[in-house]
Amino acid sequence: MSLISEGANVGRPGGANLVDQGRYDAALYEPSIAEVGDYIALLKPRVMSLVVFTALVGLAVAPGSLHPITAFTALLCIAVGAGASGALNMWYDADIDKVMTRTARRPVPAGKVKPGEALAFGLTLSGFSVVTLGLLVNWVAAALLAFTIFFYAVIYTMWLKRSTPQNIVIGGAAGAFPPMIGWAAVTGSVSLEPIILFAIIFFWTPPHFWALAIYKKSDYGRAGVPMLPNVAGDAHTRLQILLYTLILAPLGVSPWLLGYASALYGAVAVVTGGAMVLLAVQVYREASPADRACRHLFAFSILYLFLLYAVLLVDRGWGGLIARVAA
Amino acid sequence: MDDNKKPESKEQGGQNLGGVVLTEAQQRARRSRSVAIAVALLVLVVLFYVMTLVKGPAVLVRPL
Repeated sequence: MSLISEGANVGRPGGANLVDQGRYDAALYEPSIAEVGDYIALLKPRVMSLVVFTALVGLAVAPGSLHPITAFTALLCIAVGAGASGALNMWYDADIDKVMTRTARRPVPAGKVKPGEALAFGLTLSGFSVVTLGLLVNWVAAALLAFTIFFYAVIYTMWLKRSTPQNIVIGGAAGAFPPMIGWAAVTGSVSLEPIILFAIIFFWTPPHFWALAIYKKSDYGRAGVPMLPNVAGDAHTRLQILLYTLILAPLGVSPWLLGYASALYGAVAVVTGGAMVLLAVQVYREASPADRACRHLFAFSILYLFLLYAVLLVDRGWGGLIARVAA
Repeated sequence: MDDNKKPESKEQGGQNLGGVVLTEAQQRARRSRSVAIAVALLVLVVLFYVMTLVKGPAVLVRPL
């Protein structure tokens, strides 16, 4: 007998059903009202688009050839894997999301998708994306994708996010892996160049998120998430933003310095890196709470990363991609 | 009909059969989810078929 039908046996004489035993939660077994759009929202489409873009750059700049359909398959699997980790994140963080204005309308805290459905969705997509990438492309890329999902869902979401103000520093690695997966999809290995692409995103993450965390401090405080501004204060966070940006700017130029990219890339990296440092200095120097400077840095940091990777794609990868499609 | 009202137990001739009657909204949502699952499965089948053609005989070579 199903749990639902057992639960419906209310009032039957002598019926030792779940209701009588006090174990029936009607809301848990109520038919789902989730629409397809709610499941798409679980995949965090905006994050997914950034993941696909950086993975595309890793795939395009890698030496060697890959059939366009295989390349498409690799990107599809990476996108679905990224979406799966987003769904697992929303499943676990529903309690936090509910009290934050930025996330309160997500499908799980809004009651459109049940936590169990989000969990099942995330696990299913994780399995399918990793196995499909392994079977159709290669197992090195699949292993990296599996590790990325694990890192984001377990190491970051379940552990670091609620336990340390360094959460987004270490957790940022999850967002930095996609170009490396794209590279591995072509070469079946990892070398210095994808590690530099990884490092650029890794060191970009702290100034990007801490700028947001400063002007969303009350949100994070209400949710009990130990973001750096809430734990160590604004002044210390602004110093950390400046220090990470001082590491990021030269790192952004390094593909040109190491001969992986053209002078065009070098020029863009120097100019935009300089702008990042200037904005970080403004964040450091502006009187507390420095919301205005933080908003500027947060917005420009997105443009900075996009420009670096876009120029790299045009510079190194676009010709290669076109040649592969033509071949 | 109120789309958001809770599902009721199915009754027939005063006999509770223990089933659940879905509301219009629930039926619509279930139909759209079913279509999405069908499309996803179709994409997966086509993907494996096309990739088998792309790889040719090499599809049987699977070094780990």
